[in-house]
Amino acid sequence: MTTKWFGERVQRKEDDRLLRGAGRFTDDYGEGALECAFVRSPHASARILAVDTAAARAHPGVHAVYLAKDLPFGETDLPLLIPHPDLKHPRTQKCLAYEVVRYLGEAIAFVVAESRYIAEDAADLVEVEYESLPAVVTPEVAARAVHLVHPGVPGNVAAEQLQEVGDVERALAEAPCRLELNLRFERSAAHPLEGRAVWARWDASERRLKVYDSTQSPTSIRGGLAVLFDLPETSVEVIAPDVGGGFGPKIMLFNPDELLVPFAAMQLGRPVKWTEDRREHFTAVTHERAQVHEVRVGFDDDGHLLALDVDFLHDGGAYTPYGIILPIITAGQLTGPYRVPHYRVRFRDVYTNTTPTSPYRGAGRPHGTFVMERTLDAIASELGLERAEVRRRNLIQPGDFPYDVGVAWQDGGRVVYDSGDYPRLLEEVIGKLGPKPAGENIGMGLAMYVEGTGVGPYEGAHVQVLVSGKVVASTGIPSQGQAHATVFAQVVADELGLTPDDVEITTGDTRRFQWGVGTFASRGAVMAGNAMANAARLVAEKARRIASDHLEADPADLELAGGLVRVKGSPDRSIPLAAIAILSNPLRYAFGGGAEIATQFQGRRRSGAPLADGEAPGLEATDYYSPTGSTWASGVHACYIHVDPQTFRLSFLRYVVVHDCGRVINPLVLDGQIQGGVAQGIGGAFYERLAYDRDGQLRNASFMEFLMPYSTEIPDVEIHHIETPSPLNPLGIKGAGEAGTIPVGALLASAIEDALGVPITEMPLSPLILFELTRR
Amino acid sequence: MRVNGSERGRPREARLLLSDYLRHQAGLTGTHVGCEHGVCGCCTVLVDGRPIRSCLMLAVQAEGHDVTTIEGLAPAGGPLHPIQQAFRECHGLQCGFCTPGFVMSVHGFLAENPEPTDIEIDTAISGNLCRCTGYASIRRSVRRATELMRG
Repeated sequence: MTTKWFGERVQRKEDDRLLRGAGRFTDDYGEGALECAFVRSPHASARILAVDTAAARAHPGVHAVYLAKDLPFGETDLPLLIPHPDLKHPRTQKCLAYEVVRYLGEAIAFVVAESRYIAEDAADLVEVEYESLPAVVTPEVAARAVHLVHPGVPGNVAAEQLQEVGDVERALAEAPCRLELNLRFERSAAHPLEGRAVWARWDASERRLKVYDSTQSPTSIRGGLAVLFDLPETSVEVIAPDVGGGFGPKIMLFNPDELLVPFAAMQLGRPVKWTEDRREHFTAVTHERAQVHEVRVGFDDDGHLLALDVDFLHDGGAYTPYGIILPIITAGQLTGPYRVPHYRVRFRDVYTNTTPTSPYRGAGRPHGTFVMERTLDAIASELGLERAEVRRRNLIQPGDFPYDVGVAWQDGGRVVYDSGDYPRLLEEVIGKLGPKPAGENIGMGLAMYVEGTGVGPYEGAHVQVLVSGKVVASTGIPSQGQAHATVFAQVVADELGLTPDDVEITTGDTRRFQWGVGTFASRGAVMAGNAMANAARLVAEKARRIASDHLEADPADLELAGGLVRVKGSPDRSIPLAAIAILSNPLRYAFGGGAEIATQFQGRRRSGAPLADGEAPGLEATDYYSPTGSTWASGVHACYIHVDPQTFRLSFLRYVVVHDCGRVINPLVLDGQIQGGVAQGIGGAFYERLAYDRDGQLRNASFMEFLMPYSTEIPDVEIHHIETPSPLNPLGIKGAGEAGTIPVGALLASAIEDALGVPITEMPLSPLILFELTRR
Repeated sequence: MRVNGSERGRPREARLLLSDYLRHQAGLTGTHVGCEHGVCGCCTVLVDGRPIRSCLMLAVQAEGHDVTTIEGLAPAGGPLHPIQQAFRECHGLQCGFCTPGFVMSVHGFLAENPEPTDIEIDTAISGNLCRCTGYASIRRSVRRATELMRG
């Protein structure tokens, strides 16, 4: 295989149209579509006594007002996406609530009108009578179970899981040193700058449904809609056009709008669209991160870990549509790159009267990493050791792979690290970081992590060489800024001896590729990238087979390069790939020439049937990639910060990342993922927090108070890579999308503790929290 | 109202935001809406050459003024504007949703201050949120744009 483009800093193919304002996001479609607004609950917990829609329905320009009773699926529970035997009490919401509401922002009515302005006017006219009920807000309150979020869920506990490797109680009892920590992570949210949006059109004559959806998984949404509306999947098209950021919550949750917009389009015979506004995004779109952890650790006098016992509560919110994947991930990779001979982890996933949770960039990992790294820092402090030294003494070694941690992973298998070189990560970051700058209130932060990436079950790709010699390729997963159109073009170009400019990639369009899972869990490059490589290799093989007739050479002696199929070592014996595309389909091409190559009167007519036995027409192939296990990326972040002792403003003096995601397809794109992930991590560690009060009201549901960082808060991150190729896939790659975010909470806790000398046990921090901690 | 040099029809109703007018009446969907309360900067356009939040302005307030949107920066099919080119070269965008707002903010900024310092650049773009890039590449893009615009 040539590797000309793999590994190059290829500039993005997507940029030109996005920079011109010619991108197409979901709300950019649908001139003439009816528009919608929701009536949402202003209470976190309430009984719905009565709903009066008469005034709204009578409002000029209103086409429909839907309540649950108006929907054929009104009493259907929305899907439980990932059931688990330990999830004893799953609960999912109804599309529209009709008896009770269990979180602020839960949808109750759906208004369809001539414009969004009219729809919002009419939504204001819907009168709902509530009986307010006590709200259960924090995980600790939920666990006390004075009030139940769902009747019939004892103790508010949706799920409980206990795993143990070794004998933790005995090892703790025998350990020379022991520490206990209580570590807390608060709730936050992803906030892509494009909120969610759905557009739908029903073609009654052809009985076809077309949907644009700002989703991370159009293939899954299509499957769900086909079942819901009793249509063959082939009659439903779901397209994720340009998507303005995802970061998790645009995963296939079957949000109410994803059902209601197509339903209304079918009912009303008009295109219908709904575009979320920021205010409703704050409460209607899934959150993540809230967990409280009780930790007991046993270690020896040299800082070697002997036993770790972690018991945590996961705040699942009001429903469990995504099952218990989040706490499973925390439990599974909490121990990170370290050897822990005896490890026990128990979690309880509890219901609260808050927005439900689903993975947000990092997905259970930032909290797990926070717990492990805080624990190691505590050991270092206890023993008077350097923080790096404690880590060095506990790292899994390069010869230990594959390394079985012994606990369950989110794919149903076990956590088995496939590859890595953790000592090298640590030594490189220490070397690159350099000495600590002189001065007061300067802190050094250090945090290591592993990241299970590239989870299955599979992705696929279709690759076709056109008669022009250009290539079109498609995959089921959509893009939200990850440069799939560029990196997949690099992969395909290498296999076919072309350039990325020759390859046009389509992602997330079920009209082009109907099978797939979605873009999440840092799986896009691993899954779809390898599927692209597999499909392109089949195309290359086919091209060699066809060319062998014409070049009178064994296919094994042919190579694809420079847009040609040529005999190795005899560059004058070649045929253009475009001509192979023509030959692959025994037809005539009136435009574009080439017919002279394929005519039956051509000198080198092959013997036998025009289409050889077992051969399909067209220079194309479809193939899939389905892994046996996850690929485990890893990395380390280190920084120097300064904390102003008066204002508690945080300044970064230096921020270094050493990262390993196996073979790197495009360093330009990868560094962008890391830098962007770090920024999201910094936001989550110091600025962003969803501040619910005791009644379940979200007190900061706007960008005025939920402080996402601007440029002034984010440093230039120095990024280095090492490459330990994954043995699990043909390209040797591992995922990278979440790597930047995962350790930042742990890192800043470490750095701020070092700078101010106060113990840090919670995330996120803020100037006010630091002020209060230093006053104690 | 003139938008990108052409006279445009009057807003359909008095309460129509300039952002909604541009997107849904004028069909210029390159201007994006991220928060509708003036914080994120996605909807930034130029009114008489100065960057403003089009979600905080009524369309009728723009009557009699010159509005420039992202679509007005580079001729269709022609080369990118130097600021756009710089963003491309420096990987200053990922999902592209915030990008038109950044480009328009930078356009207004560099018109006033063609030789900015790094701190001035940081301050100038700190009215625009980006959730993908982590800003480093956007800062590089602005520095590169100053080079390209010097020619």
